[in-house]
Amino acid sequence: MKSKVGLNFDKVAHAKAVSKRIADDVQMFVENYTTVAVERTICRLLGVDGVNKNDVPLPNILVDSLKNSGALGDGVMFTVGNAMVETALSPQQIADRIAENTLDITKLPVHPRSAIDAALQPCIEASINRIKARRARREHYLNTIGEGSKPYLYVIVATGNIFEDVVQAEAAARQGADIIAVIRTTGQSLLDYVPYGATTEGFGGTFATQENFRIMRTALDNVGEEIGRYIRLCNYCSGLCMPEIAVMGALEGLDVMLNDALYGILFRDINMQRTMVDQYFSRIINGFAGVIINTGEDNYLTTADAYEEAHTVLASDCINEQLALIAGLPEEQMGLGHAFEMEPQLENGFLYELAQAQMTREIFPNAPLKYMPPTKFMTGNIFRGHLQDALFNIIGIWTNQGLQLLGMPTEAIHTPFMSDRYLSIENAKYIFNNMKNIGDEVEFKPNGIIQKRAAQVLDNAIELLEKMEAEGLFTALEKGIFGDVKRPRNGGKGLDGVVPKKELYFNPFINLMKNHA
Amino acid sequence: MSGGLYSMEGKNFDQTLDLKRIKPYGDTMNDGKTQLSFTLPVPCTDEAVEAAKQLIKKMGFENPQVVFYKELTEGFTFFNCYGSTSHTVDYTAIHVPKVESSTMDMHACDTFIKEHIGRKIVVVGASTGTDAHTVGIDAIMNMKGYAGHYGMERYEMFEAYNLGSQVPNDEFIAKAIELQADALMVSQTVTQKDVHIKNLVELVELLEAEGLRHKVILVCGGPRISHELAKELGYDAGFGMNSYADDVASYIAEELNHRLNG
Repeated sequence: MKSKVGLNFDKVAHAKAVSKRIADDVQMFVENYTTVAVERTICRLLGVDGVNKNDVPLPNILVDSLKNSGALGDGVMFTVGNAMVETALSPQQIADRIAENTLDITKLPVHPRSAIDAALQPCIEASINRIKARRARREHYLNTIGEGSKPYLYVIVATGNIFEDVVQAEAAARQGADIIAVIRTTGQSLLDYVPYGATTEGFGGTFATQENFRIMRTALDNVGEEIGRYIRLCNYCSGLCMPEIAVMGALEGLDVMLNDALYGILFRDINMQRTMVDQYFSRIINGFAGVIINTGEDNYLTTADAYEEAHTVLASDCINEQLALIAGLPEEQMGLGHAFEMEPQLENGFLYELAQAQMTREIFPNAPLKYMPPTKFMTGNIFRGHLQDALFNIIGIWTNQGLQLLGMPTEAIHTPFMSDRYLSIENAKYIFNNMKNIGDEVEFKPNGIIQKRAAQVLDNAIELLEKMEAEGLFTALEKGIFGDVKRPRNGGKGLDGVVPKKELYFNPFINLMKNHA
Repeated sequence: MSGGLYSMEGKNFDQTLDLKRIKPYGDTMNDGKTQLSFTLPVPCTDEAVEAAKQLIKKMGFENPQVVFYKELTEGFTFFNCYGSTSHTVDYTAIHVPKVESSTMDMHACDTFIKEHIGRKIVVVGASTGTDAHTVGIDAIMNMKGYAGHYGMERYEMFEAYNLGSQVPNDEFIAKAIELQADALMVSQTVTQKDVHIKNLVELVELLEAEGLRHKVILVCGGPRISHELAKELGYDAGFGMNSYADDVASYIAEELNHRLNG
């Protein structure tokens, strides 16, 4: 491929090789640990669901009981499988009894592994088959009613009430949206459990629950059939319940998931060890379920300057790509993040944004890049805001972005009104149609502003990656390398939920799901 | 479209500016012209357009014009409208409580602190409660600042600690005690269902319970915050849209000087 921005692909290959070594180093750590969230995910994969009379989810009760007995390092697979052999109960029944305090599965005689495997086998197959069926259902829709063309129009709903969200989502789909993201309620990323059931109260968003996923999936399937276009559903598997939400999404047919440990570390102060272990399993699940992940690099530019720190976005995309590959997630499912966030007064800012977007496109040719709209310099001047979003949309179609998260003229004022979403979709559709093939027609001046900028950003990213390779990712994060945010290795939330795997530990889902996308 | 490019309607109203009776200005003094847009939860029909016009009249507008309408989804119609308001406001009788400090630039502020306080002022800032947005506190505190206004970390005479987002009020206070803060700055961006009010009030109550409220300068900021609201909630000052680090820094410097030196 000839690079429009004059990229030196030897340098790109070098950047990826360095990133691979950084990711491999993280993985050396990850392999030896499990977390409460990973084990709760396994509970759910074995069919444990529901809450006790105090609304505590049964996966939490089961996993906390293991943790309190010091048996978490043996893992849910072993302890529950062993209990199944001993008691002839199902995992759900075992969880119920633990909740009633009538069973302690950490004090049972140890049965042979072959008996444990045989007991677990039907549960494992059931959830694997359910996820496969969900995936087949999506593929069937894509082959029959089809989908919108890229860039997919991605809009958010955020009413706090899942039933009101449905009304907004249906309206957006009829207006042309391809992806509906249900924004989570403020603070959910810091909950170390997933709430249960349909919810109607939230701040700035709606709780991610398995039932809410089901309600929205059903609504989008119906509206998709009505308008003859498959509508993708997006949620957030980031924060302390990363793999758990991934598995709920896999079971309920979600299509896109925010999934980025680096984002959680930097912007939610989640402990880096915890979330890296969680991320690995969540990406395996997302890969297997055919879910497109979104990474959160765009957020760096809300705290750091988009022009000066553009290379940190590229460096982080390179690392995220390698971490995803380690988890068996195909390139076609990598919605690597970047954003249109330069200060609007910057002279030739549009050219620098264009250089960044085209460069990112060429460096990750198979990834459906997630392109984020201006937010930092949206002021309440809705008329200028609409223009900023138009420039953003021009770059989206020009550089063939995958997921175009539509900006709203009322960004920084309120969560979108139905009419705001309409205006934004109209803006994007107008530009995407009116400028459809501009990317095929226009080449950039050799050694001009755009080409020079791309080269400079790549060089800076390589310099940063080399520095990170020497230090290791964890140390680099402690030094505040991304988004000007510093996070200690043993600080943040969730570290007490990380334990080393013990001798008896096993998790067959890793082999069953990884690289079987 | 009824209006067309040129307004043919008569302008037989008083076109003199009267500050006791001001109205919106379109292209002629006292024409009262106002843009409105809204969505009505009804299908897109002639009746919907009529409903929009009647609603605009009830809002106090004359000559309601629906210039664009479109059904957003079944049962919801969006309108762009114009009207001439019949209401006026007495501009001369308005009093808005404001933060009473002059705004100095960074160098003037540093000089002021050196001369009047003689040591660095310790400020601790955070986006508190469940609020995950750092954009506000970063704009005021980060070295680089925002829109050409340097943040407080760059000031020579401020020792500025930005605790980031989602800081619980009790942790915020603990840090303030540890650092012996002169001033506390709270940023609130998320305001759905008035969650920011609850959170801001809780901080004041906790500070009072600790006997700290009078020992610190307490300010808050955010897009939905006004000085008036802040005072009402028990804060010393509030900073809304279009406030920058220099506004906040100057206020804190002058207020501390006032408290220490009378």
